Amino acid sequence: MPILVIAEHDNAGLKAATLPAVTAAARIGAHSGAEIHVLVAGSACTGAAQAAAAIAGVAKVLVADAPHYAEQTAENEAALAVQLAQGDGAYTHILAAATTHGRNMLPRVAALCDVAQISDIVAVESPDIFVRPIYAGNALATVKSTDVLKVITVRTTAFDAAGQGGAAAVEAIAPGPDLGLSRLVGRELTVSARPELAAARVIVAGGRGLASSENYHRLLEPLADRLGAALGASRAAVDAGFVPNDCQVGQTGKIVAPQLYIAIGISGAIQHLAGMRDSQVIVAINRDAEAPIFQVADYGLVGDLFKLVPELTEALG
Amino acid sequence: MKILVPVKRVIDYNVRVRVKADGSGVDLANVKMAMNPFDEIAVEEALRLREAGIASEVVALSAGTAACQETLRTAMALGADRAILVETEAELQPLAVARLLHAIVAREAPQLVILGKQAIDDDANQTGQMLAALLGWPQATFASKLLVANGRATVTREIDGGVETLEMPLPAVVTTDLRLNEPRYATLPNIMKAKKKPLEVFKPADLAVDVAPRLQTLGVAEPPPRHAGIRVADVAELVAKLKNEAKVI
Ligand SMILES: Cc1cc2nc3c(=O)[nH]c(=O)nc-3n(C[C@H](O)[C@H](O)[C@H](O)COP(=O)(O)OP(=O)(O)OC[C@H]3O[C@@H](n4cnc5c(N)ncnc54)[C@H](O)[C@@H]3O)c2cc1C
Repeated sequence: MPILVIAEHDNAGLKAATLPAVTAAARIGAHSGAEIHVLVAGSACTGAAQAAAAIAGVAKVLVADAPHYAEQTAENEAALAVQLAQGDGAYTHILAAATTHGRNMLPRVAALCDVAQISDIVAVESPDIFVRPIYAGNALATVKSTDVLKVITVRTTAFDAAGQGGAAAVEAIAPGPDLGLSRLVGRELTVSARPELAAARVIVAGGRGLASSENYHRLLEPLADRLGAALGASRAAVDAGFVPNDCQVGQTGKIVAPQLYIAIGISGAIQHLAGMRDSQVIVAINRDAEAPIFQVADYGLVGDLFKLVPELTEALG
Repeated sequence: MKILVPVKRVIDYNVRVRVKADGSGVDLANVKMAMNPFDEIAVEEALRLREAGIASEVVALSAGTAACQETLRTAMALGADRAILVETEAELQPLAVARLLHAIVAREAPQLVILGKQAIDDDANQTGQMLAALLGWPQATFASKLLVANGRATVTREIDGGVETLEMPLPAVVTTDLRLNEPRYATLPNIMKAKKKPLEVFKPADLAVDVAPRLQTLGVAEPPPRHAGIRVADVAELVAKLKNEAKVI
């Protein structure tokens, strides 16, 4: 029986987070030999469906094209996935990326199918055994599912992006019901010319130590420009309004694993470390030599960020 | 309008977690426990709706061991009117909790259930969504702003690319994000008063809910350690290391 991956998209194209979810599905499929199907539920979503069909390793793309999927609200999308899970040729596994989209929608699918959800997996041991972080990543639990259907969200930093070059069949399917439960009245997406946090090779992150929004932007933007970096932040910096919420890195924000993470004026609370401890190289700039961030930093620079950050920007120029 | 606020007793967020030597789990013996921080935000939001005259009653609920009474007393000290404990020694996973909540919702008929978006122990981020699905209700997860008027909720949610606003009829399920509000502290007189507020106890069997776990934990391990590196003396040394040693710039 096949494995279903629920795509994340904006109708015109696929979101990058879908690709590691397909890789996780392929790991499961490597054990069981199962085919991978991708569900694209959207409205006028041909672009997204074509992008899904081009993912290497995908056998079939199921497209449900209807106005009530335009915004991918959880209730309608979950209802459709439940129909598929319970239909003919039903699935052994349903996966989605552990993004705000997947985290929002997928537990509904699990509950309606009366199975557990396995959240945020970082490894596949077998088709029914998975590894997932708990306690802000301070422990890794290996769990075995006893349900017939496994419903899984995938930590995108733990799996490589699936490749391109696939040529999957694209099949239109009948849309599920429009439950009419919730309605989108507005969406404000942060517009930025910088790379997306989740996909960035380099991240420059600032914390409370920057003391104001003005300082954050004046000091960190030129540095990020030099490095082609995304901008990140601690919760304290977001709460203080230095940057929008989607910049928050941590247990309850975004999980990132760039090649280089530069933490500036961030103390290194466990909730922050949970979001960036898998970065390849960590640099910390902090005036407190005892700050916990230094316990995970490959290169620590103790001193006043107001002096050191402009110096660093200058040195990279 | 009645609001139900489920609260979970978890390890205090400041405690450093240790994995047990036998790999069976995390060591919780003599560790400080507290209300899950996201649930404090949920309690606060419910209290504000009551104080604004929109809600008439706030009922706190917890599922777990008898020790959860402490968490419920905290919720009542903050201002919840009464509490319900579903008492069990069994390990409870999110689906089981959602089913217990479903059964309590059937008895209590709240118009709104406000929960934390995730618990900081299992980090599952599931219970609110599962409850909404079982009830066939709309949901608004990761809320940073909640308005309730004329039988509808308008909720601003934190999403990966920014924020979005959903509108939905009540009854509904809302899960809280960090920036929804700043919870109050319990005052000593209110802690005393909370001791006299009603606390009802059920067993899962009273609610005819099977709470058997669906996931079996085979083992719990420490993540691969990340060792502290070196201190560099100045910016020039840092840049040299990043170029020549780490080769990341
Ligand atoms: C339920 C819950 C969830 C949470 N989730 C997250 C999360 O997802 N992400 C997250 O980041 N946090 C999260 N937190 C918050 C976390 O506990 C910390 O409060 C937060 O990370 C602290 O942010 P900070 O390091 O910017 O601030 P602080 O801890 O105040 O650190 C500021 C640092 O700046 C340094 N500094 C100050 N001035 C200078 C200067 N001039 N030069 C150099 N250094 C300077 C200081 O030495 C200090 O180390 C969560 C907390 C809770 C309770």
